[in-house]
Amino acid sequence: MKKKKWPFIYVGIITAITYIPILVTVIYSFNESRISSVWEGFSLKWYVELFQDRDLKEALLNSLILAVLSCICAVLIGTTGALGMSRKKSKLNDTVAYAAMLPIMIPEIILGMVFLSVFSLMGLPFGMVTLVIAHTTFCVPYIYSMVKARLVGMDKALEEAALDLGASPIRVFFDVILPQILPAIFSGIILAFAMSFDDVVISIFVTGPTVNTLPVKIYTKLKTGVTPEINALATLMLLFTILLFGLSALAGRRKRV
Amino acid sequence: MKKKGKGNWVLLAPIYIFTIIFVAFPILYMFLLSVLSRAEVWGVDFKFTLDNYKRIFEPLYLNTFKESFLLAFLTTGFNILIGYPYGYFMARMNAVWKKRMMMLIMIPFWTSALIRLYGWIIVFRSNGVLDKILMGIGITDEPLKLLYSYPAVVVGMIYSLLPFMILSVYSSAEKVDYTLVEAARDLGASSFKAFWTVTFKLTLPGLLSGIILTFIPSMGLFFIADILGGNKIVLVGSLIQEQLTKGRNLPFAAALSAVLMILTSLLIGLYRRIAGTSELEGLV
Repeated sequence: MKKKKWPFIYVGIITAITYIPILVTVIYSFNESRISSVWEGFSLKWYVELFQDRDLKEALLNSLILAVLSCICAVLIGTTGALGMSRKKSKLNDTVAYAAMLPIMIPEIILGMVFLSVFSLMGLPFGMVTLVIAHTTFCVPYIYSMVKARLVGMDKALEEAALDLGASPIRVFFDVILPQILPAIFSGIILAFAMSFDDVVISIFVTGPTVNTLPVKIYTKLKTGVTPEINALATLMLLFTILLFGLSALAGRRKRV
Repeated sequence: MKKKGKGNWVLLAPIYIFTIIFVAFPILYMFLLSVLSRAEVWGVDFKFTLDNYKRIFEPLYLNTFKESFLLAFLTTGFNILIGYPYGYFMARMNAVWKKRMMMLIMIPFWTSALIRLYGWIIVFRSNGVLDKILMGIGITDEPLKLLYSYPAVVVGMIYSLLPFMILSVYSSAEKVDYTLVEAARDLGASSFKAFWTVTFKLTLPGLLSGIILTFIPSMGLFFIADILGGNKIVLVGSLIQEQLTKGRNLPFAAALSAVLMILTSLLIGLYRRIAGTSELEGLV
């Protein structure tokens, strides 16, 4: 087949445009000046300031704890749910599965409003607990659908053979089923973690006065005015993402050899 | 088979309980709230009323819905124009390039959404990067004042949601059997006709799911309009937030959410009807 050049050019240009704001952010994180449109020379002072920002550090820690806890809850609920639902088809199961998927299908703002009103109805104190519950609702769909997709393509014979040979259901789960669905759980976790770590809209509504997550903190900072500290933070986050991608690419390469 | 049914409830219990208490009940409660009246300070009086829904039809609020839809249409339209060819071309690249492109798309996608928007603030702000470049080349004489304007919001929306469109189209364009296209060409179809009758038809599920994945969030993403549009552009999302925080009007916020929810469900229903599946391509 004849190779055409212009698709490459098109994709290249669009990709370049999507990287403009990112590059600009990185470049200006090293800017001496506070006003980000004027370049006054190279400086690392915003990084120093960033590392001294206690609030931001606390927010980062909160976000990490929140993402980990929500993922754990979502893995427990989503995996067992997918296993249970794959065994028996029923109208009720389908309805519950549909409801469980709703949180990633409707606009986030609805979830935010809904949780705000329900949590105050239930009298739950706004803070980490409400955050974890809210985040779990939109993490479950990622885990559930990943695991369910994996289960569809799985060979049932192995499981039946193990049961016939006298293994207990629990043993069958850990020795036969779990190893097969583990990759699906992991890809679900990666998505769920990223969504939780990045969420602003829902968190704003369910967070308490004492707990701030990183996105909420950044959001309030962006609303009150731009500081180059955010540039430094953005650069570090970008670096971290690239590092993760590099590691996963390396791991992938090793597996293939 | 009988053996398997036993103990199944243990597996099903967590998702049933969690979904009923924290997803189904809250959404039903929202619908209930939307027909109650507002209490003096905060909260609700359990008195049935349809006033909240009537209020949505006041010109001010109706206009907000109209503007949100317009913005969502614009965002989705541009995303189709930019994202469809992108996803399609990507699917036709060789394996190495596919991997590279995937990485280039995913890196910004995984970095915080807010932070990516923040870059646009620096680009768009008065005397910012864009102004400097345009004035430098001599295209404009004075700052464009793009930040806190409608175009800035549109760019921010397109930018934030483009990856969803690209990945949806890509995942369905990747599955297309391109020997079919060649067969059509061999049988005398023009390249446009071959594309239209074969490739486009086969990538339609991906395109539709991309549309859903960009249209629905774009009605609720109030923070983009907030950050890049200042307070000038009020969308349904921002209206709901405002009613909750400043207005302290829970029932009205619930009614607004309910309407948004119904509109979204209609869209998803339409998608299921056309695509014949409830799974969204490229989402997971």
